[in-house]
Amino acid sequence: MEIFLLDKTIIVVIVFLITLLIAMYSTWAERKVAGFIQDRLGPNRAGIFGILQPLADGVKMFMKEEIIPTQADKALFVMAPGISMLTALLTSSVIPWGSYLEINGRQVMLQITDINIGMLYIFAVVSTGVYGIMIGGWASNNKYSLMGSLRASSQMISYELAMGLALISVIMMTGTLSLKSIVEYQAINGWNIIYQPLGFLIFFICALAECNRTPFDLPESEAELVGGYHTEYSSMKLGLFLFAEYVNMFISGAIMSALFFGGYNLPFHDKLATIFSHNTLALLGTASFMLKTFMFIFIFMWIRWTVPRFRYDQLMHLGWRILLPLAMFNVVATGVVILISILWK
Amino acid sequence: MEKLTNRSRVVVKKEMTFLESIYLPAIFGGMWITLKHFFKRKPTIQYPEEKRPFSFVYRGKHILKRDEQGRENCTACGLCAVACPAEAITIVAAERKKGEEHLYREEKYAASYDINMLRCIFCGLCEEACPKDAVYLTEELVPSQYDRKDFIFGKDKLVQPLGTSAHPKTYKPYKK
Repeated sequence: MEIFLLDKTIIVVIVFLITLLIAMYSTWAERKVAGFIQDRLGPNRAGIFGILQPLADGVKMFMKEEIIPTQADKALFVMAPGISMLTALLTSSVIPWGSYLEINGRQVMLQITDINIGMLYIFAVVSTGVYGIMIGGWASNNKYSLMGSLRASSQMISYELAMGLALISVIMMTGTLSLKSIVEYQAINGWNIIYQPLGFLIFFICALAECNRTPFDLPESEAELVGGYHTEYSSMKLGLFLFAEYVNMFISGAIMSALFFGGYNLPFHDKLATIFSHNTLALLGTASFMLKTFMFIFIFMWIRWTVPRFRYDQLMHLGWRILLPLAMFNVVATGVVILISILWK
Repeated sequence: MEKLTNRSRVVVKKEMTFLESIYLPAIFGGMWITLKHFFKRKPTIQYPEEKRPFSFVYRGKHILKRDEQGRENCTACGLCAVACPAEAITIVAAERKKGEEHLYREEKYAASYDINMLRCIFCGLCEEACPKDAVYLTEELVPSQYDRKDFIFGKDKLVQPLGTSAHPKTYKPYKK
């Protein structure tokens, strides 16, 4: 029992640290990608290729003066960035980072916990994420912030529906809500993207909206809302808000690669198993999972620096009148195909 | 009217076709463009390490030249000050004493030679007016200062350092 707890503690700490590290370097990568796309070099002064830039940014954030508006609701104002960060980090607990390692004859799962309703858990936590933004915008007592948080909540509600429906078709195919089982299903039957291209597209668009990334960054639209929900925030509280966005991005990239791109599965697994030991193979699987996740993070950034922001009515139109019916159609079509394939046998 | 380029298009408000209305082809097209830019050569010049070469006729900070024996060329005739459209140059002349022949080339010299760099427009008329080959505009930039008085450059900042033989435009040696 103690050894089990120790294992879990170590994995929790490692996952926590890696998530933060990747989020940190996502901020750097974002600026690099932005620079390269705009024919610039991006940050390259702090360390070689600017790899110390996140540290410099962190130090800057901590050094900044902390301003709390006099008319703000202090408790909520302080709490909001914490909620944002907490919900962003909580999601990482059900993601299967790899299969399992064998250490001294014990099997150590490379996942914090494999609960059988993993997908529901993720949905529950992600939809709580809007509270951080909502409370932050409300407590600032600023019209821009309130507008930003209103937009954020309506956007989240609109896109969560389509996202959920896109997922239901995946769940119908795999017959499980546990992320690990979904990944293992794909090891036998091939990646879900082959069977669910439409589902993936809808899920991807909704993931962009859930992460408040361009073209769905209406909550913080720096041009017309002066930063939206974090207008009044400064210092590390602003840092936490911005950081939570990158954590969210990493997590949604991980979820997408687990759900649609085979997670930690390696191609030619059987052949590789004859060459490598089990532990190496498991770590290679984790590496491939990370690679897919990084690819998604890059695509998120690539889209951000390509596509302009949606207008509010376009956003609502896309969510309710295009994505939702499409997702419903996808569910029905998947159901029909499954029914036919059962009757065929 | 004749078109200047063949790139202009007449804007027509019409119903979008199905492909246009789902936006995806346009978005992928845009992403293809940004991807091409991603791998493009960057025109950035890494400034302090890497400097862009100036034009050969660039006119920067002034220099008061010395001759081959290290004597100041300037005789304080005042033609540069007269020629200066911005009235940036102030000269105080003095007579060369005995024993100062190694410092000044002719019997008269500039005791002080001030150029107000805030007034100077770097037109180079002083350079053209000078009969003694004394004042030139170099490729050097005038550095920024915190105080207005620091922009009045005296002889300490203008006279060519001793022991340098240099191209009139730059401090670099002559090249044929």
